[in-house]
Amino acid sequence: MNAAAEVALKPAPRRSRGARLLENRNVLSALFLLPSAAILLVFLTYPLGLGVWLGFTDTRIGRPGIFIGLENYEILWHDHVFWLSVFNTILYTVAASVLKFALGLWLALILNEKLPFKAFFRAIVLLPWVVPTVLSAIAFWWIYDAQFSIISYSLIKLGIIDTPINFLGDPTLARASVIAANVWRGIPFVAITLLAGLQTISPSLYEAATLDGAGSWQRFRHVTLPMLTPIIAVVMTFSVLFTFTDFQLIYVLTRGGPVNATHLMATLSFQRAIPGGHLGEGAAIAVAMIPFLLAAILFSYFGMQRRRWQQGGRD
Amino acid sequence: MSITRRDLIRTTAGLAVGAAGAGLIGMPARAEETMKITPEEGAELRVTRWSPFVDGDEKQWLANTEQFTKDTGIKVTIDKESWEDIRPKAAVAASVGSGPDIMWVWFDDPQQYPDQLLDLTDLADYLGNKYGGWYDGPKAYATNDGKFVGLPIATIGNAMVYRKSWVKEAGFEEFPKTTDEFLKLCQALQKSGHPAGFTHGHGVGDGNNYAHWLLWSHDGAMVDEKGNVTINSPESIEAIKYASELYKTFIPGTESWLDVNNNRAFLAGQVGVTANGVSAYYAAANDPKLAEFAKDVGSANLPVGKSGKDIELHQVTSAVVFKYTKYPNAAKLYLQYMFEKPRMSKWIESSSAYCCQTLKAYADNPIWTANPVFAPYAKASETLRTNGFAGPLGSASAGVMADYVLVDMFAEAVTGQRTPEQAAERAAERAKRYYEA
Repeated sequence: MNAAAEVALKPAPRRSRGARLLENRNVLSALFLLPSAAILLVFLTYPLGLGVWLGFTDTRIGRPGIFIGLENYEILWHDHVFWLSVFNTILYTVAASVLKFALGLWLALILNEKLPFKAFFRAIVLLPWVVPTVLSAIAFWWIYDAQFSIISYSLIKLGIIDTPINFLGDPTLARASVIAANVWRGIPFVAITLLAGLQTISPSLYEAATLDGAGSWQRFRHVTLPMLTPIIAVVMTFSVLFTFTDFQLIYVLTRGGPVNATHLMATLSFQRAIPGGHLGEGAAIAVAMIPFLLAAILFSYFGMQRRRWQQGGRD
Repeated sequence: MSITRRDLIRTTAGLAVGAAGAGLIGMPARAEETMKITPEEGAELRVTRWSPFVDGDEKQWLANTEQFTKDTGIKVTIDKESWEDIRPKAAVAASVGSGPDIMWVWFDDPQQYPDQLLDLTDLADYLGNKYGGWYDGPKAYATNDGKFVGLPIATIGNAMVYRKSWVKEAGFEEFPKTTDEFLKLCQALQKSGHPAGFTHGHGVGDGNNYAHWLLWSHDGAMVDEKGNVTINSPESIEAIKYASELYKTFIPGTESWLDVNNNRAFLAGQVGVTANGVSAYYAAANDPKLAEFAKDVGSANLPVGKSGKDIELHQVTSAVVFKYTKYPNAAKLYLQYMFEKPRMSKWIESSSAYCCQTLKAYADNPIWTANPVFAPYAKASETLRTNGFAGPLGSASAGVMADYVLVDMFAEAVTGQRTPEQAAERAAERAKRYYEA
């Protein structure tokens, strides 16, 4: 601002200090940020902070605790059920996320093609995501029932097996079953978001690639995939986070059984904290999930969002 | 007779002996014995209970409550919560100091926050003296440090339910009374294609009922009187071995069963015998299509093992009054009103054998003789043993049961994942986390 302009602006004595403050960009943006900051603070930072604090105390239900340092974590370190739940959670997250990604991408590619009744199919795909988790979990509970499973029933009627499949009783099968249920539920989110990403890719890129003699695999590998990577990074970060913190599905299907073979950190945390009454230890298990979640976020942030890599270059 | 020395000291001796005597020989208690409680001006009460399992229970409780409002002018609102949500909600109410005035809680909940609960000793003593005394098991859940911090409302009984014709077909004229005979029955039932089925999965009620019976019938215990972990014992290993033999006769998949599975399998005719509340029978009795089936359902108490004692876990529910209530006297008056004979008798009867009395004088309720299927459930409060036996009730006993330590011990061994010795050792290790913390 030059001196002349300053002089010209001077005769405005009627504007109050407050009004002038509001003209300041920094003040204004701070004001606009305040409500969301307050909401974040009250509903996110405070509970998270409280959870972390509880993990350092021996708080029980109905009894305030005292600070005990890392004792909860020491106890968990020697607890084989806790380590089993860590193993289960990682297996569950990795297996389910990989499957959700592969199947979701496949579905998105199909839906992106010219299909009859496209809108109808896209709506159908969303269904598993729309149904409340608890409801779909109950449906799966019937599908996996030890006596009344529709799968076992059909296979027995077809003469393929003699006895019902022990879906939720055998540890390996139980793990596979809950992963399958989670995949079924999670695919729509991945598929629809990737579909949205696919539609932002300009057809001219494909035309150019075709003119250069690229086959369909090459078009996918060198056009679709690099253009889709930013969306993949976001979708998979969310998908991993949802899967890692899954609770309802396990709680309805197995309660962590058989013999803790499907206990996830989230379900174990609840079991110890609420029905078990040991809030401190439950909080410690929940806090122990944070490093894994951070690692997943950082991996996607640093690994998948690198611009040069996205643009097909090398790091 | 269950009048302890403490009871006698606590109450006026003459009244105690007189009233208890009257209760025992079934004489109606005299009107002047009624304890006088004066409610606060303008009192209103909020009660939270678990959603009923049988309709009659809720209808009668609400009718009794309505009558209470008519008689006293005190408005009572009753909210319902799913039975598994009761524990967290009660805990939150206790720790934040706000919520319902009265709550129906489960098992050792009153032991988790006794300081937040109103002392109901005077009322409990009065009711105990008037109605033949409290049964020991339910009383233990509701007392802390010699004081009543709740009133046991009912025991939800567990018993064997079986198909009479199939048991007969297997060569048994009556249901076995000992664990050895019971094993033989299950083996015979399996041969005739009607296997048994008991919950080895994380079923809060059925899983724990079965596991505790296995352990206790073989004289095993999680801890001793002082709370030292004793689960890794020859008795436990014997119990595990017995469970493994039984498991061989089961329908496949019981290790994945939650609370509902055994009912479903029983009602579908897939299993010949299981253990459950009386609800398994009701589901059949209330369904016209299952009329024939219902006639074939028999019930019996769980067989007695080498311990020689008829003992079980069952499910106990107690009414607690939170200290933060603005109307402690109104709350006590309400509980007194509901526990007095005109209301309590009707309620027990309407609960159709689902809710067993906690006061001995109500044992002669007509419901117990109304149907032979109900008879075993009449003994629920009498045969009840507290979880975490023989140690003290509290956060360790609650934690061990919520963590399914015992359920997992049996499941691990019967499915062959561990030897009985390893399973017992692991259970001890897990229990010690709670008891030695």
